[in-house]
This record gives sequence, C-alpha cells and structure tokens, in this order.
Amino acid sequence: MTLLVTGGTVVTPGGAVEADVAIDGASISAIGTGLDIDAEVTIDATGCWVGPGFVDLHTHLREPGQEYKEDIESGRRAAAQGGYTAIYAMPNTEPAIDAGHVARQVARPAPGVVVHPAGAITMGRRGERLAHLDDLWGAGVRLFTDDGDTVADAGLLRRAMEYLAQLETSSGEPAVIAQHAEDPGLCRNGHMHEGSVSSRLGMRGLPAIGEEVIVARDLKLVELTGCRYHVQHVSTAGTIDLIRNAKARGLPVTAEVAPHHLAFDHSEVLTMDPVFKMYPPLRSAADVAALKAALADGTIDAVATDHAPHAAFEKDVPFEEAPRGVIGLETAAAVVHEAVGLDAAAFFDRMADGPRRVLGGSGSGLEPGRPADVVVFDPGVHWTVVRFASRSTNSPWLGRELTGRVVATVAAGRLLYRLQEEAV
Amino acid sequence: MRSLLSIEDLDRPEIEELLDLADEFAEVLARDVPKVPALRGKTVGLLFFEDSTRTRLSFDRAAKALSADVLTFTPGGSSVSKGESLKDTALTLKAMGPDLFVVRHKATGAPWRVAEWTGLPVANAGDGAHQHPTQALLDTLTLRQHFGKVDGLRVAIVGDIRHSRVARSTTQALQALGAKVTLVAPRTLLPVDLTGWDVRTADGLDEVLTEMDAIYLLRIQQERGGGEVFPSVDEYVGRFGLTRERAERLGRDAVVMHPGPMNRGVEIDPSVADGVRSLVLPQVTNGIAVRMAVLFRLLAADEGGAV
Repeated sequence: MTLLVTGGTVVTPGGAVEADVAIDGASISAIGTGLDIDAEVTIDATGCWVGPGFVDLHTHLREPGQEYKEDIESGRRAAAQGGYTAIYAMPNTEPAIDAGHVARQVARPAPGVVVHPAGAITMGRRGERLAHLDDLWGAGVRLFTDDGDTVADAGLLRRAMEYLAQLETSSGEPAVIAQHAEDPGLCRNGHMHEGSVSSRLGMRGLPAIGEEVIVARDLKLVELTGCRYHVQHVSTAGTIDLIRNAKARGLPVTAEVAPHHLAFDHSEVLTMDPVFKMYPPLRSAADVAALKAALADGTIDAVATDHAPHAAFEKDVPFEEAPRGVIGLETAAAVVHEAVGLDAAAFFDRMADGPRRVLGGSGSGLEPGRPADVVVFDPGVHWTVVRFASRSTNSPWLGRELTGRVVATVAAGRLLYRLQEEAV
Repeated sequence: MRSLLSIEDLDRPEIEELLDLADEFAEVLARDVPKVPALRGKTVGLLFFEDSTRTRLSFDRAAKALSADVLTFTPGGSSVSKGESLKDTALTLKAMGPDLFVVRHKATGAPWRVAEWTGLPVANAGDGAHQHPTQALLDTLTLRQHFGKVDGLRVAIVGDIRHSRVARSTTQALQALGAKVTLVAPRTLLPVDLTGWDVRTADGLDEVLTEMDAIYLLRIQQERGGGEVFPSVDEYVGRFGLTRERAERLGRDAVVMHPGPMNRGVEIDPSVADGVRSLVLPQVTNGIAVRMAVLFRLLAADEGGAV
C-alpha cells in the first residue's frame, strides 16, 4: 500500500520541517516538499504535526482475567485512536504475566498496534520469589515490573537486577526493570496524596516520601548491579531530583510521567469523585509544576498513560472504596499538549522516541527507511470527549473540551485509524 | 438548605439559626408531651452502614418527636453482607418512599454519593474521618447554652484528631461562631498538614490546661496504643489524659466535653466524667434537639409552619 501525508509539519532527525511524507509498504519511502506520488491514500495534514507513532510503556489491557474492563482488541483500538502504534501491557492480569506462556497469549505482533507484554518480576507479583525470567525473556519480554505493587524486598529486587543485567550483557539486548515506587510501610491504607487536602478530608494519605524512599534505595541497587532501571509514573518533585542526579552520574536510569499527573493536582479530590483516584495519587501544585518542567527538559524521558480501565459500577462507589486508575490512551496526546505545550519535536520525542529509548531504541523523528509508524496530530483543534473505543469510561476528561487531537494513525504502513468528521 | 453534608457549607447565620431552632426543640423535649406534629406524614430513612448506637437512636428519637415515621437500615445480616453495593442499597431504600436519608458510612463522601444517586435530601451522620455536622451543632449548642455565647471561648480538642470526623466538624463550627481552637495530640495523631485550619497546637495537656474554657476529649481507640501511633495507653495518659490532678488545675468555670463513648481511665478520669464540670450528658440530650432542628429544616422549611 502507498500512502501520502501532505502539507504537515514533519518531525525529522534534523528538526521540524514543512514537508510531505510518502509511505510505501511498511516503511517511509520519501520526505520532501511537493512529492509527486500516485498514492492509494492521501491524508491532508495541513496545520498538523506529523511524526513517529506513539509508544505507551504503561497500558493495562486487563486480558486475561478481567475482560469486562478491557480486552486486548478494545485496548488496541483505543491505542490506535490515541496515536499509539505500540503498547506495553502490564502484567497485573489474572493470571499474572509471570511465565512465557502467558506472555505469548498477550503478545500481538504487527499488523495493527503491536502489543509487547511486560513481565512480572516476581511470581504472581507477590514479591516473594523471582518470576520465570528466562522463560519470559524467551517469549520476547524486555520490560519487567510488578506494576500495581512495589518490589519492596530490596534483596529480591537486587537479585532480579543481577539476573537481568546478566541477560542483557550475554544477549546484547536491553533488559529493563521498571518500578512502581510506593513504600508499603509509608503508604499502607492511603487513598490520596498526603497533604492539606487529605488532612481536610480526613483521608489517609500516600506521602510523597513513600515514592522517593523506594527510588532512592533502588538507585543504590542500580549502582551495584548496573541493571537498566525505569521509574514508572513519577509523581513528585523529590523523585525528579533523584532521577536528575542519577542521570548526571551516568546511571542507566529512565523515567515516565502519566498525563493525569501533568493536568491535575490533589485539589480535584475535594470533589470526592472516584474518577480522580489513582496511584500514585494526584500530587501538589508544586509537584505538577516540577513534572512539567522535567518533561520539557528531558529529565523525564517519556509520557506513559497508565491506562487503567475499570467498569462504571466499580467506580460508582465512595472514593475510598473505588479501584485506582483512569483510562488515558485516547486523551494522552491532547492532555500532554495542553498541559505542557511542547513544540512538535519535543512532543514527538516524549510520546514516541523517548519511550523507544527506554527500551534501548534509537532514532529521532521520521526519515526515509524508518518503519512507517506515523501519527498525524492536529495541535489546534478543539474537541469534546464524548466516547471511547476503550470498554471503560473512567476518565476525568469525559465531557470536557481538549485542544489537540490525533487525526490519523499509520502502523507498519497500514492506516489504522483516521478521524471521521463528526456531526456536531 | 437542601442537605446537611458538611459544616463547611454553613455560614455563621445559618449555624445560629439552626441552634436557635434547636433551643426551641429542646423546650419541646422538656414538655409533658415531648412531641410535635411538624413532620407528620414524612418518613426519615436511617442508613447506618457503620455501627452506631447513640447517633442512630438520637436521630430516631428526633424524627419521632417530630411525628415522622422512621425506616431504619443497618448492615448486620443485611443485603450488604450479601455484596450489595451502596448505590443499590440506597436506590432500594429510596423505592420504599422515604423523604430524606440520614447516612452514616465509614467512607469519606458516602453521603454525597447517596444524595447524588437518590436526589433526596441527606443529613450526614458521619462519613469516614471527614464530617459529622450534627455532632458539631450539638457541641456548639451545648457550649452556647452553658456560657451564653461561643464567641471568644477557648476550646482545646484533645486526642486522635487525625482520624476524627468530630474534631474536623466541631473545630469548623466553633471557629464559625468565633471560638479559638487548640488541638492537643501526639504528632502521630495530628493531621499531617494543618494549612487553612487556623488552629494552635500543643504538645501536651499541661501546656494549655489553665487557659481553656472547655476541654473536649476524643475517644482514644485503645488498639492504637499497641505501638502503632503511641507507645502505650499509659504513656498517652501521661501527656494527654484528663486525670483528676489535671482537672483540679482547670480554670474555675471550665467545662469538660466528650462525644462518647468514653474510655474511663484513658482519655478521661471517671471522677471528671461524672464531675460538676462535665457536659457529657447535656451533649447527648442536645443531640436530639439539634437533629430535630436539622430534620425540620430539611423537610418542613418550605412549608413554613410553627414549631
């Protein structure tokens, strides 16, 4: 199939340029002005940004085990609508992805949105003994996390890091430990950020220090083992300082931030609306400002959605009884664009190339020869969020207006999604 | 006023109007026939998802003194133990036709959710460690009756402030009426961030004893004394218990209050609980008058009508 994207601002290794992008088969064939190609499909990208397909390092697909919330196919459709061409499926499924056969069940190769299963670090994510790391590795798993829970036992985490660091050196392929950082002693029974709002509402808090002590400890283990280490959903200014220092010392450390942590602070919880319940929780305004600055300056490498679908009835309860999490695949690009205001090159870096680098990838922007994973994003359009491709609707943006929208997603040269003009 | 969910929703004139109304109902309760027909034909639904004897009985008594019918739901052996959600329980009870719900729940914000789901007026009878507005009203009523005013009173609230809805709502009501509040607790039982509270804090009862008009003691959950938030009950009493010796050092006119149920010998010495300074039993009686005022305002206000 041949595809031509015309008239957009194209993010390339040399920066953003006004150009057309031609796609032939599964790769980009040409980038230039006034390309004269007889394409089967032409997308008019006037006024839009054109760059590499987004990669989500943090998606909960709920399959196997909780398909009433989401399944792999509904999650892939939501991803395509959000501009994602690859997503990493978190292992907190039932059963957990702690062995190769479960990973193979979840994995989806191209065509379509590629699903990379993330593997658990410990069996059943129980934090007691190592998961089948070699078996998972053999099934293609490169990102390991007990996400949803923290590997709290430092001795166990050390052994996982030693094991994976060796797999990396022996294979030449990257192996990444990703941590959901939440100290169980400091955070037990917490429901929201510990601070002025939790004190007023009488809700038990998840203190910022609960995240920071885990990251600080883990960074010492990275020093010891040399294992690649990725901090999931960074939420506090203190964590950012730790990451900045670690990077300055040359440690193999990366970090992600979730869109909701860039858009909201803990004052939203005064509504006691469970749609604002997620872990890590919405933090203080100062934390939000620090997260935006760190995403802009590259201390935080990637935006990751922490897309966490829950059925409506599960969220239709009091705040403290609600499950944690919000969906994010279909709103992430707009929310990040609106909250942080990055230019086209930085925007595509944090949404697409930054996440690829976390897994050892290289490349920056579109160039001929690169796989044809391409997103067209209109930064100026206003739209109201009214429905989702996801099976769940637990989004604080439902019913709100956002600025910036994905208008087309191309994966491996196939047009996966194209925004239809909607009757208003 | 559509619902009474939080003291924070009321300004000073609204609180004073409720207290004035409660004074009138206190007078009704002192009559030979302590009952008025103000809410005849109305039904009050009591949704008590958390164990509570005194608040539930107090609301029950208040509703009946206003001639309302009462529909009571408690979770023991009910549909809740069969896994029914709060929403389904609320909608089921609504279908039985009450005009108002009184809601007690261990989760913060549950009464707000019930108000949303059912569209009925809701009186919050305690949610999580958040709000207990009728307790705050009965506390301020009791102080106002005793001292003739609340303005300028110095009140120490002592104990587990962090996990107490009473501390939150009573502090707000006292401040709305012009009292000065001091919180006295171990650091582990104070709220983490007191931004916006406009309170003083003290590290022990001895620091503030002589200057207070009222000492308001909170129940100490003894299970917290196993080293979780303070080392032992004895050590707690050593700094924060209102012992007989400390009570003797109180100002001449100072009073002692407690929302109940009391742990005698822990936060309060038995002789103090039963002593002349104690307003504990007037608090209980005033609870009925205040709840009559709240039910009346929520259910009969539109129709006017005399008490």
